[in-house]
Amino acid sequence: MANYQKPLPAPQGESQLYWDKAREHELWLRRCNACNEAYFYPRDISPCCFSRDTEWFQASGKASLFTFTIVHRSPYPGFQEDAPFVTAIVELEEGPIMATNIVGFTGEPGPNEMQIGMPLEVVFDDVTDEITLPKFRPA
Amino acid sequence: MAAANDRVAIVGVAESDQIGKIPGKSSLQHHAEAAYNALEDAGIGIGEVDGVLTAGYSSMVLAEYLGITPKYTDGTAVGGSSFIIHIAHAMAAIRAGYCEVALVTHGEAGRSRLTRPSPDPAEPGQQFEVPYGIANAPVAYAMAARRYMHVYGEDRTRQGLAEIAVATRKWAQLNPKAYMRDPMTFDDYHDSRWVSWPFHLLDCCIVTDAGGAYVITSAERARDLKRKPVWVLGAAEGHDHAILSQMPDMTNPISRETGPRALARAGVTRADVDLAMIYDSFTYTALVTLEALGFCGPGEGPDFVADQRTAPGGAFPMNTSGGGLSYTHSGMYGMFLVLEAVRQLRGETGDRQLTNPKIALVNGTGGYLSSTGTTILAVD
Repeated sequence: MANYQKPLPAPQGESQLYWDKAREHELWLRRCNACNEAYFYPRDISPCCFSRDTEWFQASGKASLFTFTIVHRSPYPGFQEDAPFVTAIVELEEGPIMATNIVGFTGEPGPNEMQIGMPLEVVFDDVTDEITLPKFRPA
Repeated sequence: MAAANDRVAIVGVAESDQIGKIPGKSSLQHHAEAAYNALEDAGIGIGEVDGVLTAGYSSMVLAEYLGITPKYTDGTAVGGSSFIIHIAHAMAAIRAGYCEVALVTHGEAGRSRLTRPSPDPAEPGQQFEVPYGIANAPVAYAMAARRYMHVYGEDRTRQGLAEIAVATRKWAQLNPKAYMRDPMTFDDYHDSRWVSWPFHLLDCCIVTDAGGAYVITSAERARDLKRKPVWVLGAAEGHDHAILSQMPDMTNPISRETGPRALARAGVTRADVDLAMIYDSFTYTALVTLEALGFCGPGEGPDFVADQRTAPGGAFPMNTSGGGLSYTHSGMYGMFLVLEAVRQLRGETGDRQLTNPKIALVNGTGGYLSSTGTTILAVD
């Protein structure tokens, strides 16, 4: 883990809880109480109705595949060493859409192993002592 | 001084001295050379420049470097579309009397990259997308293209992307300044290696070192200059997200709004457009933008570009310079769309010259299909 070469997120005040919970292997989201809509990425004031009446809650960790790419070439050494790998956009059961990696394949991932809409579940990748990245695998 | 409805014109355009792979030359040098050349093309001295617009550097840094003390300054930076949007901002500033002669410059050592700006780690993209590999454009655009394939069919989408790659290379073969001029067959396209599936290498723009600039001024100042004025008939700008996961519809970028707005302001229709300069960071960018602009319906792009319709001799000439795919793409390519549109309208493009084009539509895209600027240019 000390040799982790890829870019790491820098948690901010309003996203600290998200990253703290990820380190505990939980996925937490924000919800706007004005319209009862969950949203991503976490920020104090909601993007749906610009309301300050928002709260954190734990997500189910269930999602479906919205779109993906199989990355063969990356200008960043840490990523290039992993290529080919799958970067994806997933739709969480609660509604929000987020970027992630799809993991859990045996061997090299190919386009036929992934269908748009396929069910996924969250897994947690402890990439450093401080940072855990939520990722997804076929459910 | 110009008034609210007075016309403004682009009166000078140029690239930097050399474009392509130019090691040892900084991005600012490309700005400066292009500025020098564009002012020379216009026949205007730098002392007359009282408006400065740019992206990539602050307009303050640029103006100091060039020795300009502007009355109007604009650093709107929304990716590669910025230099299209600058046309609208310069027009508004000239009409409002803030300036008379505006200089818009671009320069980027994209290939030889002497410097790279450090991203702000607090930005949402740095926290929630970059750690997963959405750290360069092909990854993001490939995911948008994959979504389009899901909605409209993979095989026909693939054929549409191939048509655009091959047609654009044919234009580049007619442009002496184009970086990639070797012939490209459909087999070459399909056989090229994967960069980020579903993108082949030949779905992706090239990466070059290049600068470009244009000069824009009032109708009154344009009247006695040496070049035929290229009038700005209408313009519009917009953006609907920054990072890819927040894009409302990956198959329908914000040009769906900027296109119709610009056309309406110009008082022309799509049928009046003789030349379409459509940002082609990727084949998919051009394909989906044609739909969003309304040249064809949602999902009809592959049929619209079929049979090399956008190639030399085709019914819908698009990206006649060879585009970002084959001519040049420094990083924020939008500037070069303007240069080609102006030169085509002035009748200066040699072997690739269209027959007497009067109206060009220029559409720039920035970010991850995030921002667009649409401008309608015309000659009398």
